[in-house]
Amino acid sequence: MSAVMITRKVTRKWEKLPGKNTFCCDGRVMMGRQKGVFYLTLFLIVGTCSLFFAFECPYLAVHLSPAIPVFAVLLFVFVMAMLLRTSFSDPGVLPRALPEEANFIEMEIEAANGNVMAGQRPPPRIKNVQINNQIVKLKYCYTCKIFRPPRASHCSICDNCVDRFDHHCPWVGNCVGKRNYRYFYLFTLSLSLLTIYIFAFNIVHVVLRSVDSGFVNTIKETPGTVLEVLVCFFTLWSVVGLTGFHTYLISLNQTTNEDIKGSWSGKNRVQNPYSHKSIIKNCCEVLCSPTYPSVLDRRGVMLEDLSSPTPSDASAASTHQSSNPVSQTTKSSAPLIPNEHTPDEAKPGIGSGTQKSTSSPKEEKPPSPTSPNAVAPAVIKESSH
Amino acid sequence: MSSAPRTATERTKLPYCHESFHNLQELRHSASLANKVFIQRDYTDGTVCKFQTKFPSELDSRIERTLFEDTVKMLNNYYAEAEKIGGQSYIEGCLACLTVYLVFLCIETRYDKVLKKISRYIQEQNEKVYAPRGLLITDPIERGMRVIEISVYEDRGSSGSSSGSSTTSSSGR
Repeated sequence: MSAVMITRKVTRKWEKLPGKNTFCCDGRVMMGRQKGVFYLTLFLIVGTCSLFFAFECPYLAVHLSPAIPVFAVLLFVFVMAMLLRTSFSDPGVLPRALPEEANFIEMEIEAANGNVMAGQRPPPRIKNVQINNQIVKLKYCYTCKIFRPPRASHCSICDNCVDRFDHHCPWVGNCVGKRNYRYFYLFTLSLSLLTIYIFAFNIVHVVLRSVDSGFVNTIKETPGTVLEVLVCFFTLWSVVGLTGFHTYLISLNQTTNEDIKGSWSGKNRVQNPYSHKSIIKNCCEVLCSPTYPSVLDRRGVMLEDLSSPTPSDASAASTHQSSNPVSQTTKSSAPLIPNEHTPDEAKPGIGSGTQKSTSSPKEEKPPSPTSPNAVAPAVIKESSH
Repeated sequence: MSSAPRTATERTKLPYCHESFHNLQELRHSASLANKVFIQRDYTDGTVCKFQTKFPSELDSRIERTLFEDTVKMLNNYYAEAEKIGGQSYIEGCLACLTVYLVFLCIETRYDKVLKKISRYIQEQNEKVYAPRGLLITDPIERGMRVIEISVYEDRGSSGSSSGSSTTSSSGR
């Protein structure tokens, strides 16, 4: 074996991203984990439209107007484009904190907590910020090791924190968040229009043809009609309902997540601090705001350490590993407190030498406000400047 | 290296202070990473990207407060410009929608243009202001727009004790 060919394969950052996303086309496409329902959505849309173009369009183009199939094609293209854009784009994933940042936050939390008596649960990790004169609580994400920005939430299916998290939609196979919400809304809107369009012209086609050749013969000649009507009928209620619901949310500048949790409803709750109190302004902000960039840099090339003999654990400059030796150079002594959300591979390495009692793994549940002996929740008050 | 200048004012009197790019290289080769300071986001105006201008105590001896605040305020201005909802963003949004978002294959979004400006600004600030003081700012986009990471470097061999060769610069480029 004289010459050893070393083929250097370029490693891109998407290959090392934590979280449970699926990547395609060398990082250009990013989806959620479960794609089965997405394929069903594709099949239903493409299938129904194919039947429409095959059975109804020839007749309608001749007997009514050629604009009907043309408009159907445009609508179909728009629906598919919005669907693919929603499914394949980064919803606004927040990258996890690198070890130095995580340690810095830990030290901040410990400074705010003060002395926790042994045997007592440490207080929940909450930060209070003031947004537009309302107090909003920011929660700490144990998986991503960050305080979640306002309106962000952690998706358990994709295992990522997503900015302005709306919901995880299995039909599009991805989370819906800040970056792809408007595409999702346009998808539901255009799909409603397409469904109504196909449904209406199916009825028109059946009526027109029945006048000529009778109802039973019409069904025999175009059997696809029955299938289309069935699909459209059931799709109509759900998709049109969903579009209406999201239109309502947009007019109030709320997310599905906030609506479900009732964050801004109820008498004792805070009013929505993000709403501009005007429907038009809210719509403009959600639909016409600038396109946000992805902060993930999926296609960036990871720098490999050429001098290290073991290329597998090379200290790549921008990679996030759970046992990064860089953290030794920084002045940090706070160990991370393990709990049930801590990834299993990090648990053995942390907590050694900790002086706090790591009694129960369920310590992240906030103590009830009425219990007198629990430590008051450590609230890191944000000074404004 | 005999007594290297430690305070901010001493460093400004350095003869090589105006040689910008050369100084960044020197920083990485001759200094070791001592600490990192993280400037957090300021959410008082909502979810727009804005960083706190509060001066961190760890930088007290390294840089003047006004220089730091100017940098952060400039960055905040850039981000506000990028996220402004106004005439241009409407036109961009409508045009993109009509072309089924294919227009972004040809033109750059306004946000991307401003991000490039920010990147150039940070590089310029690093070369002119921060590297001569042994500091390095990391572009917030590399940290998910969550923090401005400022790496604090100490001159190697000036601390006296055997600090070894723990030169791992995991921040920025």
